[in-house]
Formats: sequence, C-alpha cells, structure tokens
Amino acid sequence: MVEKTEKEKKAPPGKGKQPEIAPLIHVAPSPHLSNTSQTTRRMMIDVLVALAPVVLASLFVFRWMAVFQLVICVASCLAAESLFTIMRGRRPTPTDFSAAVTGVILALSLPGTAPWYVGVIGGFVGVGIGKTIFGGLGMNIFNPAMVGRAFVMIAFAGALAASGYESAAGTVDAVSRATPLNAFKQNGVVTPLWNLFIGNTNGSLGETSALACLIGGIYLCIRRTASWEIPAGVLAAVFGFGVIDTLVNLDSGWTFLHHIFGGALLFGAFFIATDPVTSPLSPRGKLLFGGGVGALVMLLRLFSGYPEGVMFAVLLMNSATPLINRWTIPRPLGAAMQG
Amino acid sequence: MSAATGFKHAGTFERGVHPPERKGYSENESIEILPTPEKVDVPILQNIGAPCEPIVKSKQEVVFGEKIARGKGFVSAPIFSPINGKVQKLSVVTLPNGRHVSSIPIRAQGDQISLRELREIFLGGVWPNRGIETIDPEVIRRQIAEAGIVGLGGAAFPTHVKYAPNEKKPIDTVLINGCECEPYLTSDTRLMIECPEAVVTGALLVKHAAGAKRIVIGLEDNKPEAIKAMQRAAGGSGMEVAVLPTKYPQGSEKQLIMAILKRAVPLGGLPLDVGVAVTNVGTAHAMAAAVIRGRPLTHRIVCVTGAGIRRPRNLLAPIGAPARDLIAACGGFTEDAVRMIAGGPMMGFAFTDLNTPVTKGTSGFTVLSAAELKQTEETNCVRCGRCVDVCPMNLVPTKLALASRNKDVDLLERYSAPGCFECGCCAYICPANLPIVQLVRTGKAMVMAARKKAG
Repeated sequence: MVEKTEKEKKAPPGKGKQPEIAPLIHVAPSPHLSNTSQTTRRMMIDVLVALAPVVLASLFVFRWMAVFQLVICVASCLAAESLFTIMRGRRPTPTDFSAAVTGVILALSLPGTAPWYVGVIGGFVGVGIGKTIFGGLGMNIFNPAMVGRAFVMIAFAGALAASGYESAAGTVDAVSRATPLNAFKQNGVVTPLWNLFIGNTNGSLGETSALACLIGGIYLCIRRTASWEIPAGVLAAVFGFGVIDTLVNLDSGWTFLHHIFGGALLFGAFFIATDPVTSPLSPRGKLLFGGGVGALVMLLRLFSGYPEGVMFAVLLMNSATPLINRWTIPRPLGAAMQG
Repeated sequence: MSAATGFKHAGTFERGVHPPERKGYSENESIEILPTPEKVDVPILQNIGAPCEPIVKSKQEVVFGEKIARGKGFVSAPIFSPINGKVQKLSVVTLPNGRHVSSIPIRAQGDQISLRELREIFLGGVWPNRGIETIDPEVIRRQIAEAGIVGLGGAAFPTHVKYAPNEKKPIDTVLINGCECEPYLTSDTRLMIECPEAVVTGALLVKHAAGAKRIVIGLEDNKPEAIKAMQRAAGGSGMEVAVLPTKYPQGSEKQLIMAILKRAVPLGGLPLDVGVAVTNVGTAHAMAAAVIRGRPLTHRIVCVTGAGIRRPRNLLAPIGAPARDLIAACGGFTEDAVRMIAGGPMMGFAFTDLNTPVTKGTSGFTVLSAAELKQTEETNCVRCGRCVDVCPMNLVPTKLALASRNKDVDLLERYSAPGCFECGCCAYICPANLPIVQLVRTGKAMVMAARKKAG
C-alpha cells in the first residue's frame, strides 16, 4: 500500500562537495494522521493491568494453587497459539498479548483444586477451537477462555462440579469450605456480604473478591478498553431479577446484592462479557448483550441445577451477537426512519 | 460556552474525533503573494462536472484575466489565465487524486502585474456591505458563472449551479463555512482575519442571489482572532456569526447544517433538500471579487504548512502554479519531510510530483514529518466498536470494510456505504490501524458499479 517514489534530486555536485540529501517522499491513502494513544496491544495490556488486582486477590486467598493454575493456563494458551498458528502457515505473534489474556482469564475461572491437565486441555481447546480455527484474533464467535472452560467442565465433570471446589486436605484454607453459591443452593447458607465483597471465600480463582473485580473493571471502562454498556447491562438485569427474587424469597436472606457480589458475576461482567471480538458493535447492541448475559445468569442461578451460570450465559449470548448486530444497525444521519 | 476562548457555542454534531489541531505552524503568518511563476500549468478539469474546452492555441499570447477555456454544459465553470504570457502546447498533468487531465501550460512573458497590485485587487480596498440588495440576483448568478467560480473548500462544485433558482426547493438559509476543521490548514483563517469585509460582501451577494432569508457564518472556536474579525465586519450587515466547538469534521456541510440549524440532510440528498446552501469563505471572497470588482477566479490562498516545511506560510498563488514554486517560497523541505499532501492530513491526497499545479480546489499543501505521520503497522480488527463511536454519519465502518474486502455488495448496501464521505474519523481512531477509508472507498465504487449495471 505504501509506494516509495524518490523526489527530484538536485544535479550531482562537482568533486569535493557533499551531495544534497533530498527527503524521500512516499504516498499512502488518507487519512495521514492516526490516534497513536490506542493500539490493540495496549488494549490487551490494559486488560492484564486490570486483572492485576484480581490476580493479587487470588494469590492472597489461594496461595500456591493460584500460582499453579496461572502458570499452567498461560503457558498452555501461549503454546497452543504458537503451535496452531504455525500449523496455519502464519507467524505467531505472542507479543500481542491476546493469548496471555485468554490464559489468565481461563486460570481465574477455574477452581484452585483443578488438576494440571484441566488447565492444559482447557488452554489448548480454548485457543485452538475457540480462536485459531476461526482464523485467529478477531475472527472467533465464542469467548475462547469460556470455550476451554466449557470443554473441561464437561470432560472433567467431577473436578469442576460444585463439590470439586472443596478439598479437605491441603494447606489452603479457603478450599476447605463450599463456595458461597453452592452453600446457598444446597443448604440455604447465606455468606455475609462483607466476605463476598472482600473475597475470603471459596470459588474459582477470580470470582471471590468483588472489590478486586470492581477496581479492575472500572479501570477498564475508564480506559475505554471495555465498553461500559456491557457491564451496565449485566448489572441492570441482575439488579432487576435480583430485586424480584429478593421480594419473592424475602426470608432466605439472599438479596440482589449477594447476587451481584457473589459468584463470578462481576468477574464475568467486566472481564469475560466485555471481550470486544464476541460482543456487539453498537452501544445499543452492547446494552442488549449485557442485559441478556445478566438475565441468563439469573435464570441459571435460580432455576437450574448449577449454582453458577456466568460461563453458559456468556457463551449463549456470544452466539446471539451476530443477530444483535443485525437488530441494532445504527440509523445513518439523514436516513428515513424504518417503519 | 468555551472556557478557553469565552465564546458562546451555537451547537454541535454527534460523534467525530479530535485530531491535534497543529495550526500553530501558519496561523499567525500573514498572507503573502507568491512571486509570479515562470510557468503555470492550468488543468482543464478543476471542478465537479464536465471538463472545460480550451479556447486558446499554442503560441497564442494571453493576459492576466483572459478566458482560456470555456465550460461545457451547465455543470462547468470557465478557466482564466493568471499571468501574462504565451500558451505552450497542450499538455497532460496528473492531479493528486490520480486523475490525468489535459492542461494548458502558459510561459510568463513580458511585464506581469506587480505583487502589490495583486494584493490590492484581491485583499485590499473597500468591500461594500450596503446596497447589495439593489443588484439583480440574476446578474449576480451570471457574473459568478462567468468568473469561473467553484467551491474553494475542496469539492469544487460550480457555484452558479448550486444557487440556480429552484422553485421546488427554495433556499431559506445560506451558511458560510469558516470552520476549516482540517488540522494544519489556515488559509481560510487568515482570509477571515485579514479581509473579513470581503467575506461579508460575498456572503450578502450569495444570500441575495439565493433569495435566502438568513445568512450565518460558522467558525470553530480555535480561531478567536478570526471570530472577532468576522463579528466586527458582520456587525449591522444582517449576517450572524455562529461559534462552534472545535471537532473534526465540523466543516463538513452536513455536520455544519446539523450543528447550526439542527436539520438533517436526507441520506443521499443535498443541503438543498432541507432549504440550505453551504459555501466556503474563500468562495464568498471570490464571488465578491467577481461581482464587485469584475475579477475572474485566477488566484487563491494556499496554506503551505507542516513540520516538513522550513517556513510555513499562507500564500496567495495563481491557479496553475507548480507546487515546487510554493514550497520553494516557503524555504523548501526540511530533512525529515516524508509525506506531501494536497489538502489537509485527514482527507487530502498524497503526491510526489512537484510539477503538480495548484487548482481551484487546492486549499493547501501539508508536508508531514515521520513523527507526525500515521502509524502503519496493521493488526487484526477486534471489533472494539471505536469506529462506530466516532463516525459522524452513524455508519458501521468495520462492517463496511469487511464487506468491501469480501466484495459483498448486498452487505455494503445494507450498511449504507454511499453515505460515507471519507472523512477519515474511523481510520484515525482505529487501534489496529486498519485502512478503513481505503476499503470503504473501494466498496462505494463497487456499489455504484452494481447500481449502474442494474439500471
């Protein structure tokens, strides 16, 4: 696209004189300026920075288990992307950080107790089938981390079932108890809001600390790396259904705030649902998408056998994204209103 | 209210971007008259519409202001010689947009109009703003047509066609465009600072010719000196001054009409459809010179600017002057000049041939250094939606680019590809540095070809 053409040079000088260096002028299509403050790589780095509080919280609660999962998942995702990209005959670009982001999110969505092969297979399936098969970055329909997690959830049902989160033996205190959502679903036990907010509970690595998710999530929205419409839609839907549920089950002690702070809702709303590749393009579409995710999460939490529904909700709404895009094509300036 | 400049804002449009303004290179440089070139090369196509037909022959001697090519058909405008000289053999010139057009080269010969006299003719003297209503509108339109005036803002549409009487679509408001929203360019700014009375005269002429009830000039708030000059000159004339927040592309006519009048031009339609006509300040000035002083369009103000120019200036240059002369008059290129653009950096065309002449639509030459230039490393589209957030026409640029890559004409139509006016906001903001404008341009051509084939 960029052709180099030499500008006219002056006539060659006589002996002993320095030649005048003429500038090299080349052409390219307009526009000739670009906003240099935002690149795709910087967006990925933003996500990693925003994930730092969540990672720190998980390290604090789950200690070596968190380190273990993070290392395995990130390494697997990077290895998978390199391998599959080379198989496609292309040059792998690990420094665009997208595979690293997938690895961190996958690790944070797993229980601390998961065996090593869960992370490895999750990473390979997630990157291979969730991303590379579609054509690489930007071409996939489903969130790659969630594709990997869905696969291992079904393949290793025991390790990722609600009971799999608990492990009586071992050095990490947190995994000796049931997860808050499971405790409520099975036994009606209501974990105090403060614990849900701060995060000293059991759960997948990233979901425990609502505070960490909020800090990271708001950073992402301010940086415009994540579109605020998506978490807004999720929270609005969860709030709406949560209030209804609270009113219907007034004596259970589990309020809409528990729904918002408990489980992977905030992690999903800010880090998983906001994946730009798999979510709609227009602001209206993003609100609809977020609302759909929130509604499905509540549906699954309240009426299904699973205590948590974020992963399925996101995957289902990913499949609806092309339709939402079609429904929310913006009206061009001056176009007639559609009847 | 603009805190920085203290002006009250008249309105704005949705979306758009804020590229760095970089007007500082040339906004304080008074207009200088370019020394008469040794040779000018006058293209015979300088406007939207039909090319002109030369009416002079090789070796013929012509004088300043003599007609050298006549318009063919209604949508065309005649062309005049800007110097005294001898016509050379008909030649071909490549314009920055890539088109090859025939041209009339004229070699300067004998005495030329002095630079002082040129300044007096175009920028000096008194410009009346009373008694305009006594001139017959038909006479105004005829003189505009005979002077070869086209839109000097860049589109170069023959002005007399824009203001031709239309009973079905009368014009109630004329907007004068003093926004100059492209970064770097300051030709319109300096015109408004140094010769605001001429702009007012031209505005009143066009208001009378169009039969409009209201005349408003719109300026962005990044040119306080020009705003004050226009407010002073317009006082008591009936022309309103609307100050708008600086945002690209405020100077685009649909966005200007939305900001000042809150009217939306129908998609695929013209401002005429909502009773408005928009004219650039330079065109208004040229109309005043034509009707009041009988001068045809032979010169225009060209801003030569950017980090790649040693001494950026605003030059009054003859139409047909080669770029080489203008750049030399500004001290030549700096060592790190890498791109030369006819127009501004958002929508202008890059070129390399220094013989390229100034045309009626050339608002400036912007020469960028590597540091100022767009990054070219392309990565994948991650559907972040930023292009959707900034498109002033409310389109979905990423989808249009995808459709263009896959030659999907149906998808291009569904997403209204012809609505795009190639402003460059999408490509400017894209984090992946995708060539969205280039792709949409190709897509629009595919749509036009398909529509033509369908009949």
